[in-house]
Formats: sequence, C-alpha cells, structure tokens
Amino acid sequence: MRKAQGSWEKRILKSLNSMCTELSIPLARKRPIGEQKELLNKWNEMGTDEPDLTLFRPVYAPKDFLEVLMNLRNPNYENGDQPSFRNHLGLIQVPLKVKDIPELKDYFSELGLNTGQLGIDDSTQVPPELFENEHVRVGQTVLTEQDSAAAQQYVRQGCPTALRAELWALILNISNQPEDILYYEQLKSNVIQHDLLVDSLIYKDVKLTASNDDYYFVFEDYLYQVLLCFSRDTSVLEHFSYNSATPPKSYIRGKLGMEEYAVFYPPNGVIPFHGFSMYVAPLCFLYHEPSKLYQIFREMYVRFFFRLHSISSHPSGIVSLCLLFETLLQTHLPQLFYHLREIGAQPLRISFKWMVRAFSGYLATDQLLLLWDRILGYNSLEILAVLAAAVFAFRAVNLMEVTSLAAAEAVLADLSTLKVMPLLQIFLFATVS
Amino acid sequence: MATDPVPCTVRSPVTLQVGDVKTDLARPGVSVIDVALPSAQPLDLQEIIFKNSYTAFLTVRVQRRRPCDVGRDGARKWVTCLWNHCLMPSPHTEAGSQDYFSLSRHQLLCDVDQVTAVRLILRQPSPVWLHFTLEELRLYPRGQQVSDCWVDFPSWLSHLAPQQQPENLHGGVPDPEKVSTEVQQLWVLTEMIRANQTAARIGRFDVDGCYDINLLSYT
Repeated sequence: MRKAQGSWEKRILKSLNSMCTELSIPLARKRPIGEQKELLNKWNEMGTDEPDLTLFRPVYAPKDFLEVLMNLRNPNYENGDQPSFRNHLGLIQVPLKVKDIPELKDYFSELGLNTGQLGIDDSTQVPPELFENEHVRVGQTVLTEQDSAAAQQYVRQGCPTALRAELWALILNISNQPEDILYYEQLKSNVIQHDLLVDSLIYKDVKLTASNDDYYFVFEDYLYQVLLCFSRDTSVLEHFSYNSATPPKSYIRGKLGMEEYAVFYPPNGVIPFHGFSMYVAPLCFLYHEPSKLYQIFREMYVRFFFRLHSISSHPSGIVSLCLLFETLLQTHLPQLFYHLREIGAQPLRISFKWMVRAFSGYLATDQLLLLWDRILGYNSLEILAVLAAAVFAFRAVNLMEVTSLAAAEAVLADLSTLKVMPLLQIFLFATVS
Repeated sequence: MATDPVPCTVRSPVTLQVGDVKTDLARPGVSVIDVALPSAQPLDLQEIIFKNSYTAFLTVRVQRRRPCDVGRDGARKWVTCLWNHCLMPSPHTEAGSQDYFSLSRHQLLCDVDQVTAVRLILRQPSPVWLHFTLEELRLYPRGQQVSDCWVDFPSWLSHLAPQQQPENLHGGVPDPEKVSTEVQQLWVLTEMIRANQTAARIGRFDVDGCYDINLLSYT
C-alpha cells in the first residue's frame, strides 16, 4: 500500500512540476509590497478577483485516483485472470477486512429503529414532545457541562441546528482562544507575503466547484480565506505521522540537496485536488468567524478528510470504504450489482466521487450536516459507504432498467432530494437479507 | 530490557504436504520453521519476536532438556508451548497479515527454561495467499541482565562500610535541606518552561525569510 501511495504521489509531483515549467510560473514567489497591500485590502472579497486561470488545470480529479485504486494488487494474493471466488467482482481487488451488515448494525446501533433520530423523528408529522424537545434539552445540558465525550455520543442521534456549531467545536476541541486567533492572523500574513502556485489551483477549484453550487456560492470569499491559510499551516504536517502519505519536499533555489535548505511545498504538505474546496463549504453554514471556521476545518481534515485521498489499509481509508460499498451492494443487491456490471456500469464508478467528497455538493446541506454529525459521533467514515449502498438500494428499481453507464449516472445524478437518515435506517435495519 | 537476541540459525520453512509436492496443484497450508540454537548450551527463553507475513495460525514447540530426564531415554522432550495462536483473525483478508508480534514467556503454556531447539508450525488455511512465512524472527533469552548484574557486581560492594553520620557543616554553609527543596522548585520551573516552549508552534515554513524554491523533488 505504501508503495502504491508513493508512486501515486510521484505522479502528482510530476504533474505539478510540469505545470510549473509549462506555464513558467514559480512554485512560490514573494509578493512585492504593492501587491501585498492590494491583497490586504481585498482580503474579504477575493472572490471579486478574476485572475486568468484558463491555463491551470487541477492536479488530479477523483476519477484519476479511482484508476490507481483499481490497479492495487497484492503480489502475494492470487490474482488470477480466471474468475473465481478469489477475485472480487467489483473494482477493488485488495482483500481488506470490512464489516458486514450484522457488524454494522452493532456498530451503528444508535441509528436503529427504536432510537430517536434527528432527520426522522423531528419531521413535521411527529409531535416534538415525543423526541425532539427532550433531545434538544439533553444537548443543552451537554454544552453547559462541556463534556466532549458525551457530545460525541449525543451527536450520533443528530444535532439540533441551533446547537450544532458549538457541539462540533466541543467534539473537535476547538475553543478559539486568543492565541488561535493570533495564529490565524499569522497565517493570513504568510498568505500576503508569499504567492504560491497552489493558490491558483485553489482559486480554480473554488471557481469550478463551490461557486457553481446553488448552496455554496455565497461563501466563495470565506473559502479563499480558509484554504489559502490552510496551505501555509505547518501544524498540518503533524498529521503525516499517522497518514500513509508523505508531504512533497523541495529545496531553496541553488541549494539542491542541502538538508538545511529543504522545505515542504506547500507548507502544509497537502496538494489540493479537484473538489477539495467542497470539504470546507458546508462548514460555512455553521461558523461565520474566519478563524473559528478555519480551525474547525483544519481539525476535520486531519481527523477525517485526509483518509479520503490517501492509500492506506485503515478501516476508514478510502480503499476500505470502496470495498465496503462494493461488498454491501454485492451481498444485499446481487441482481442489481450483476446487472450494472454486465452493462459496464460498475457501481463504484458512480459512487466514488460521492465518498471522496464525503457527499458534499451532492446532498442538500441540511442532510449533509446530519450525515457529518454521525461521522463525528462514530469517529469513522464508514457511514459514507453505507449511505452510498443505501442510495443504490433506494434507486434500485430504476437502475435495473438502464442499459448503459451514462444512463445509470443519470439516474443517480441528483441526490439533492434524498433524506439521509431514513435511507440509512432502512438499509441497515429494515431490509430483509 | 536491552538484551540482545540469541544468535540462532533459522532454517527456511519446510512445507508439509500430502501427496506429491511437484504435481499437486493445491497450495500447502502448513509449514514448519526449525530454529537451532548455536551451542549445546540450553537457554531460558524470555521472548519470541517476529514479523508476520500472511501466516494465520502459529504453534510453537520447544525441545527441553530437563535435569530429571538425564540418564533416561529421550533426555530431551518436545513440548508444545503455544497452540494455534491466531495471528490473522480473518485469514482471507489482510488484517494482521504484516503485523509485528511478541510472545513472552508468561503467555506460553509451559515453562520454557533449558530450551535446546524451537520449532514453529505455521498454518494458513486460506488458499488465496501465495506464500506465508514469518520474518525477522528473534529469540530473547531470559534474565540475561539480572544474571550479568549479579556476575559483574564488584566484590567491594558486597562489603559495605558501616553507615556514617553526615558531617555537620555549621556556619557559612546554608541548610542543605532548604537548598535542595529550592533547587527542586527551580528544576520543576525549568521543566515547565521547557515543556511550554515546545508546545508553542513557530510555524515558519521558509528558510530565513526566503521561500524561493526549485521544482519539487522526487526522492
């Protein structure tokens, strides 16, 4: 796995280097004073800037990453060409251990039919005295007690909208102390001083994704303020101690090979890909103060999101999530799986982009936040794979009638009307297997 | 414990298979690794450490030499000290397949003193793996430190001088008790400052204000 991650990283570096040489733009450049002043003035409205980004292209997109994952092979595993029980019928061929439905039922027991959920039991038909009022009261108690572990247990049943921002901050241990605000201001000054090639990639990504989204285009300026600072944040480098990835390295001009002049590029070691800004966009609904928004995003990234774009055998890593999705679909909707496979529409090809983005940009925002509540509550991303399988189960009837990959994509193109919690509950607890 | 592993000869695994090894298509599921200890000196085992490579179950047998057996037939007996220990909880999947394991003497079923040979029996019931073995096998002897210490103890330490009263230094010399508590407080303060220092991140990503870099390096 580490070898595969290493060669994938090399590809990304080559792509970035070639972009740098083709466009003759330096990877990093110190801004002249005039430009620094200008940027400082424009800090809160960087979205109005319209730099020429036509020559830039994203370093990679999720589908490139999927190609890499599809080709992962264990040399000690019998990967014969003949179809046999050893070959997986899906795209992922790595035999990782994933949970099956009984284990998932146990793991996600708080999502069961007998437990109240926000997203189900707070709908207008259900009188609030049955569940919602009590749940809100408990949430307020958790906040007054400032009990982080209780908060994590509490959000498994969903967060009331009014309390969500504070509960997430409690779980992620973000308190926005003066030193945190100072740190953010320092990052901002780093952005003003140096211009990075990665900044243009971020601009391009925001313009392509969040700015085009009906829900998130209003937050465009916030996204720049968060992501540009994120690239300069060296504290993110600490997460590489538990990430299978390694941060890209470079040397100061003229000092190639001298370790005292080795630096990481970008300073936080994370090269953004197409869709990266969608990790930040939903958080803008919860936090309006840039420094708090920044810290929440950074903590979410180093706890969860990094696993979605690095190759590892972790149960919440993207490889395990893909395998979990394919296994769930194969086991519980075998006819659908077989049919899709026969028409050349491997289900993972459609659901991969959902999982890599943690469904951001695909679900309605209130549903997405209910889903991310559970990610925080269970401290695991496996729910993304379960939801992906549940979506396929929900649209199974339509999918059985399609005859091509394009048609299957069309059936699953619009998820904005889906209600996440009922889908999950039905798939886990109410399907006869 | 900074003990050194015992230098031993680990033979390559021998697979046990029913039927003709060459023509049989089924993969063998059992193999045996014999470990020969260097000299005829029997040793007391403390720990066995190894890196797994796709083995699912491990059985360890040791050949012991017992003083009571001397003179009898079979002066050395083979005893099972670990039976079917599970290394991979789900043999068809990767879990545990490349982990490091450590077996210490209190986890073993029987006494592992006076060991002359060790035999590890590996089982991998799943047919999906092409090879399975153990790597980086190391045996650690018992109580080497302790016995060495006893041996190396200088003889004069065993003849301790009678306890002497500390001299009473009056006049001009401050009270040692008071000084030591103050020094302790100072030490605690310096430790706290040192700890606080490392917690605060400087966060500079450039070298002396310069971040003018070449292309990214591939190494």
